[in-house]
Amino acid sequence: MQFTIEVGRYNTEGRYADAARPGEPFPAPWNASPVRRYQTYTVDLPEHAVVLDALIAIREYQDPSLAVRCACRSAICGSCAMWINGHANLACKSKLAAFTKDGKTRVESPPSMPIIRDLVCDMKPFWDKHLAVRPWLENKQPVPPPNQEYRVPNAAMEELIQEVSCISCGACVMDCESFAVNPDFLGPQALAQAYRYVGDPRDAQTKERLGELSKEGGIWDCTHCFECVQQCPKGVAPLDQILKLRKMAVDAGYTHNAGTRHADAFAESVRHSGRLNELTLMPKSTGLFNIVGQLKTLPSAINMARAGKLPPLIHKSIPGVERIRKIFERVGGRFK
Amino acid sequence: MKVAFYPGCVSKGACPELYVSARLIAEPLGLELHELESAPCTGAGVLSEQNRELADALNGLTLAMAEAQGADLMTICSTCQGVLSDHNYHLKRDESRREKANATIADQGFRYEGKATVKHLLWMLFEDIGIDRVAAAIKRKLTGLKIAPFYGCYILRPSEALGLRERPERKTYLNQLIELLGAEAVEYRGATKCCGFPMLTFNRDKALAMGGNHIIEAKEKGADLLVTPCPLCHLNLDGQQPDAARVLKQDIGVPIFHLPQLLGLAFGFEPDQLRLNHHVVSTKGALEKVELKV
Repeated sequence: MQFTIEVGRYNTEGRYADAARPGEPFPAPWNASPVRRYQTYTVDLPEHAVVLDALIAIREYQDPSLAVRCACRSAICGSCAMWINGHANLACKSKLAAFTKDGKTRVESPPSMPIIRDLVCDMKPFWDKHLAVRPWLENKQPVPPPNQEYRVPNAAMEELIQEVSCISCGACVMDCESFAVNPDFLGPQALAQAYRYVGDPRDAQTKERLGELSKEGGIWDCTHCFECVQQCPKGVAPLDQILKLRKMAVDAGYTHNAGTRHADAFAESVRHSGRLNELTLMPKSTGLFNIVGQLKTLPSAINMARAGKLPPLIHKSIPGVERIRKIFERVGGRFK
Repeated sequence: MKVAFYPGCVSKGACPELYVSARLIAEPLGLELHELESAPCTGAGVLSEQNRELADALNGLTLAMAEAQGADLMTICSTCQGVLSDHNYHLKRDESRREKANATIADQGFRYEGKATVKHLLWMLFEDIGIDRVAAAIKRKLTGLKIAPFYGCYILRPSEALGLRERPERKTYLNQLIELLGAEAVEYRGATKCCGFPMLTFNRDKALAMGGNHIIEAKEKGADLLVTPCPLCHLNLDGQQPDAARVLKQDIGVPIFHLPQLLGLAFGFEPDQLRLNHHVVSTKGALEKVELKV
C-alpha cells in the first residue's frame, strides 16, 4: 500500500533537499522551536504498518540524512514520541492508515520543545522537570535488613500501577497547554511521577513533597485541559494524578493558595445556594486581603459591568436548596 | 421534542445572553425546554477533584431528575457537559458508586437508575433535532463571515466519557454547523485547545496568554469572530480579552459568540434580542459583514 509522509525537517546548517518546502511559523504558544521545512516521501508498506515503519524505510532506502530517534519499536522505550498530524504520539504505536488525513500523514518534532534536528527534539526541559520532583524513594526508617523485602500491601501498589506504567516518552508534555505558555510548570509527566512517590507507602517524604508541589509551577498551574490524558500512550492519565495530588495537598494542610481558596469558595457557594455565585468566587479565590491580586482583576470586572454582564447582585438560591445542604451535611467532608 | 434543560450557573449569572438566546432558538428548533430548576451546580470539576462522593451525589441528583422527566438532559455549557458526562459514565458502570450516591439522595425522594442521557445542544442539533430541521429554520444565511470554531476542552476530552469513540464525528460538528449556516469555517490550531479559564484565578497572566494566543491565531487566519459552545471559554475569551491584549501587548478585538447566538442570527433574530450588544468585545464589525447593527 502506498503511503504519503510529509516530514518536518530542520537542520541547523540550513541544508535541505530541493524538494523541501518552507513551512509557516507555529502560532504561539506552540512556537518554542524554529520553523521547519516539509519534505514529502512516498513509501510502499503493508496496510498494518505504523508511522515508525515508514520513517525507518525512508531513512534506510530513500534518504539517509533523515534524523529520527527510536529504539524498541514496541511502545516500551519511549524514544519515538513526536507530533503526528499535530498531536504527540508514539510513532511505533500509530497505524499509518489511521493517521492518514487528506491522503497524507504529517510528522514533525513537537514545536513546544527545542529541536535538535528533523524529528529529534531536545528532551532536556522534560528531564529537568522529571528530576525536580525527586523521582526516587526516600525510605522510611528503619529500612528492612538487606536480606529482607520491604513489604507493602498489594492494594497500595495497585493504586500506583498507572504511574509506574510511564515510559517517559514526553507525549503529555509535548501537548501540554500550560507548559506551552509557562516554562516553569512542572508538567504532566513530572507530576504523575510525583504522585507515584507521594502515594508510595514506603516513602518518608510525603508531606514535604506535597508542600513542594503546592508551590508555583506545581499542581495548581495545570489548566485541566485533559490533553495529557488524551495523548498518553500508556494510560497514565497524568491529569487524574494531578487532581489526586491537589486533594492530598489540601488534606495535608497546604491551603494557603488560590487553588484551595477557589475550591472552598466554590463549595461554599454551592452549599449555600445550590449554584455558583460568580460575584464572590473570583475575589474569594484571589484572597480577600490580596490587594495587588484584587486590583489586577478590577479592569476586567469593570469591563464586564459596563457590558451588562455582572451576575445579579442578589444571588438567588435554587428551589429546594435544603436538599443540597443535606447532601453537604452528609458527604461534604471539609466543605460541611 | 421534549428535553430536560440544564442551563448551568454561568448562563444565569455572568452570561445571561447565553440563556436568553438558548430560549429563543428553542422554538424554531422544535425544542420543548423543561428546565431543571432545582438541579444543583455540577461543581465544574472543582468539587469532583476534592470530594468525589459529594460530586457523585450532586450530579446523581441532577441525573435522577432528568430520568424522572423521561427526557434527555440538554446542556448549553461544555463544562457542565464534561462533568455530567464524566459522572454519568461512572455512575452507569460502577454500581457501588451509584448506590452510594443513591443512599445520599434517597430520603429526598430521588434515585438514579443509570439511564439518563446527557447531551450538549451542539450534539442534539446533529443527532436528535436533525440537520435538515436546522437548515429549514435558517432565514438569514451568514454568507461572507469567516468564523473560527472554538470547541474548548470539555466537549472533546476525555473522549471516552464523552462518547467520542462511538461518535468521532462530534469533533467536527461546530465546523459543519458554520458551513451549514452559510459562513466559512476558519482552520486553526487553537480550535481544540484550552481557553485558560480554569487557571485564571491561579495564574492569571498565563491563563490570559493562553486564551489570547488562540484568538490572535484565528484572527491572523482571517476570522471575523469565534463561536464557542462553552460560556466559561466565553468568560475568558470575551470578558478578559482586553486584559489578554495587555498581557500579550497586542491588539485583539475579535468578538466571541455563544453557539445559540450564532444560530439565533441565522434563524432571523435581531442582534439585540440575542444580547449581542452586551459583550465586552464589540460585535459591531462582525455584524456589519452580514448587514446587521447593534
